[in-house]
Order: sequence, then structure tokens, then C-alpha cells
Amino acid sequence: MARPALSRVSWAWLGIMPFFIFAFLFLLYPSSTLIIGTFKDSKTGVFTIQNLLNLLKDPYILGAYWLSIKISVVTALGGGIFGFLLAYAAIRGGLPRFMRSSLMTFSGVASNFAGVPLAFAFIALLSPTGMLTVWLKAAGINLYAQGFTLYKFWGLSVVYMYFQFPLMVLIIAPAIDGLRREWLEASENLGATTLQYWRYVAFPILLPSILGSMILLFGNAFGAFATAQALTGGQVSLATIVIGAQLRGDVLNDPGLGYAMAFGMVIVMTVVMTGYTILQRRAERWLK
Amino acid sequence: MKRGGLLWSWLWMILGILYFFLPLLATFMFSLKALKGVYSFKAYQNVFADPKFVTSFSSSVFWAILTIILGIIVFVPTAYWVRLKVPQLRSAVELITLIPFVVPAIVYVFGLVRTYSHPPLLIVNSPGLLVAGYTILSMPYMYRAIDTGLRAIDVQTLTEAAQSLGAGWGTILFRVILPNIRVSILSGAFLSFAIVLGEYTLAQYLAKPAFGPYIGLLIQNKAYEPAAATIISFALTWAAMGILDLIGRGRQPQLVGGH
Repeated sequence: MARPALSRVSWAWLGIMPFFIFAFLFLLYPSSTLIIGTFKDSKTGVFTIQNLLNLLKDPYILGAYWLSIKISVVTALGGGIFGFLLAYAAIRGGLPRFMRSSLMTFSGVASNFAGVPLAFAFIALLSPTGMLTVWLKAAGINLYAQGFTLYKFWGLSVVYMYFQFPLMVLIIAPAIDGLRREWLEASENLGATTLQYWRYVAFPILLPSILGSMILLFGNAFGAFATAQALTGGQVSLATIVIGAQLRGDVLNDPGLGYAMAFGMVIVMTVVMTGYTILQRRAERWLK
Repeated sequence: MKRGGLLWSWLWMILGILYFFLPLLATFMFSLKALKGVYSFKAYQNVFADPKFVTSFSSSVFWAILTIILGIIVFVPTAYWVRLKVPQLRSAVELITLIPFVVPAIVYVFGLVRTYSHPPLLIVNSPGLLVAGYTILSMPYMYRAIDTGLRAIDVQTLTEAAQSLGAGWGTILFRVILPNIRVSILSGAFLSFAIVLGEYTLAQYLAKPAFGPYIGLLIQNKAYEPAAATIISFALTWAAMGILDLIGRGRQPQLVGGH
């Protein structure tokens, strides 16, 4: 105990050096390559912010970011609302108890079932010859005649929802559990209607959790690549798809721009995770 | 009022069940149609008989096992040491373990390829880079699982007890700490397994054989076989998550990897 502080500190540092070396080699250093590439002129090697400026005036890249943002917002809202209703129904909706544990297990599976197999499952369901398309056609609803296609924005959104709403169920469940039954009883005793209970009690308490979860869902969709790549063969220009194409062969004709684009994604994701953390901390005040 | 609420609950539940099962049902039905006019498991036979399936699938299992082992070797001593000796570094270490959440897989592999494809750092073709990459991708889950396990045991007392009996650090870590947190390690391991087995992006861009890119290739070239492969992949995800569920009933929600 009375050992000199200095020697204790140096010993302690050595203990987690393997971790830091590992993280440096395979996470921090490759990430720093992106940052350095972003702020370096790819021909002369001098410091520049030109890559970022080019990024901000390239209509193709801005369009890709915008498409990624749109699909992330749509599926975060859709998946968030649907996932919330589903989780609430299973936890507080008066359904048999086994529904809850089944829903949680299904959600764990579905939120991890993504990428190429997910894309194919929806091809089997909703492509022009897919099962549901054929069923609906027999019932007099011709999806493709109405302008729907699986391989564009709305089709991709439907597919993304498959991993979005289960994620919502998983992360919102603790918040719904934290909603005490006494609060509902108390407001009922005070003569509140169901609507008033939701408007003045449950919703304000759940709001930070719901918003935080939806932000996480946004990030989840924003970074998604494999599903879209497998489904559309890279035909939908999401930000991740453009980065993938840039990596296969400099499609932007400017290596610096590729770095800036990847860097931009990290910035968006950092904002997302920060927002999630802040809202989660707020939400935890009620979850004790 | 109460009855209305119950109907409302059932409505959403049924919609959820349909959303969940219809794509799988469609895939399954489709996978049985490889022979004209009859339902058969021909597509599955074709997949299992495909040497590329055997290679890619066994490769993925191999990557997954290496990823889990590397994860245990790197993260168990780290999490242990942080709890025991350097709690002041806890937030720094945790922050690093969460970085993979803000770096999407495609951006991450972009960084890896750009960093390690020039001499003297030409290791982009090494299978080791893929395993290291997978270990990073699964780090948020693995580290968290291990740390949760350590929280539940008295690290300090166990260490002192082992030391007073003459145990060295290796013995403490692998014969005292590890067995005590094996349930947590298992849950992290199964999650890593599910992540690696379905992973596409890293394997594709580091050009290594794996199950994800194999299904991607099937989709481009075959009709019924990708359906069979999708069902196989789903069954495996289900198995991994089912076991995970059994091991760690009621634990913190599991987030996602690799879309």
C-alpha cells in the first residue's frame, strides 16, 4: 500500500497496453487515415480543406448523403413508431405473458438478421414475382402497376424496417417497463382519461427514450450497406454504396473526396451517438 | 375501454408477426421449388453439395472462432485490469470500445484497405487483418459482456485470495477470473458468432471466403439456391440468438452489427 505512487501507475499502464496497441493498430490508426486523407491534398500531400469544400459542392455526393438521410429518417420514424406500439402491446397491452418473451427473442434474431440473406428474403416476398406481390395481384392489388418497386427508395425502406422495428422493441422495452403502474392508477383515481394520461404522464416520461431510440435507429440505417448493396446491386446511390464503389475503383475520380466522404459519415454517426447518449441519460432519471 | 385496448394490442402484434414471418415464409416456399411441379429439398442438396458453400461456410465458422478467441485474449485481461488497478482509465477504454458504433462497417473497411495496402504496411491480404477487423466490429458487444460479468463478481477479493495462495497473474486470469465469468463470455461469444457469420462487408472488401459474400454471389447467379442459403443463414442466426437468450435471460438488450 505504501509503495511509491509512480511505480504503481507505470505498472498499471503496462497492463492495458496490449489493448491500446490492438485498438491503435486496427481501429484508431485506420480511422486516422480517413482524417488525414480528408485534410491532405492527394497530389501534393500538403494540408488542405479543399476536399471538404469539394464535398459540399458535389451534387452527386450531396445527393447520396441526402438519400441516406431520407431513408434513415423514414425508417427511424416508421420503425420507431411501429416498434414502440409493438413493445407496448406486448409489455402492457394485456397480451398473454409468453408473447413478451417471444417478441424479445424474435427481435433479437430479426435485428441481427440483415445484409444479404435479408435482401433475398424480400426478393422472395416482394419482387415482381414474389409471394406477396402475386397474392395481392390475385386480390386485385397490383403493386408494381401502382409504381412500387422493391429496388428503389420505398422498397428499400420496407426492407430496412425489418431490422429497424425489432431494434426499437429491444431498446425501448426497459423504458416501458419503467412506466410504473401506480402512475396510471393515480391518474385514473384523479379522474384522468386515457388520453390525458398519455398526454400529461406517460408520453412526457417516455419522450427522451423514444427520441433517443429513434436517433439510434437513424444511425443504424445510415450506416447500413450490405442490405442495400445486395438488394439493388449498388444501383441506389446511398452514401455507403458510393463509398463502397469508391473503394472498388476511384469512381469519384478524386481519392481526397473519397476520404472526405467517409469522414463525413463518421461525423454524422458521432452526432447521432452523442444525441443518443444525452437523451438516454435524461431518460434514465425515471428508470430507477 | 379495456377491451378496445386489448384489440389494439392484438392488432399490432399480428402485424408484427406478419412482418416478421412473411418474408421467411416466402423464402422457404421458394426454396422448395427447385424441381418443377413438386416441392423438394433439391435446392438445399445443391447448396450442401456446392464445394464453394463448404469452403465459405467453414471459413466463416473459422473466422468466428478466431474472433472469439482473440476477443477473449485481448478484452478479458483489459476489463479485469481496468476494474482492479486502473479504474481511472475506465471511461477512456469504454470510449474506445464504443468507436465501432460510429464507424459504419463500409467506412471501417475503407480505412483498413487504405491504411494497409501500401508497403511497408502491406497486410491487406492477410487473414489476420480480417480476424482483427471482426474483433473490432464485435468489440462493443464482447467488451460489454465481459465487463458486465466482472461487475457481478468480487474481482478484488478473488484476486487477493488467489495471490495469497501463491497464484501468478496467468493462473488468476485463466483459472480464477475466466471460469467465474464464463456465462458472460459465452453470451458475448454467441453474439460475435452471429455477427461474423452474417457479415458481408469486411469479407467482401478484404477478398476472403465467407458465407455472406457467398450468398451475395448466389443471388446473382442462381434462383432457388440463394433461398435455401438464406433459410440456412436464418436458422443459424436463430440458433445463436436462441442460445444467447437461454444463457442470459433478462439481460441488457443486444444491439446490432453489420447491415
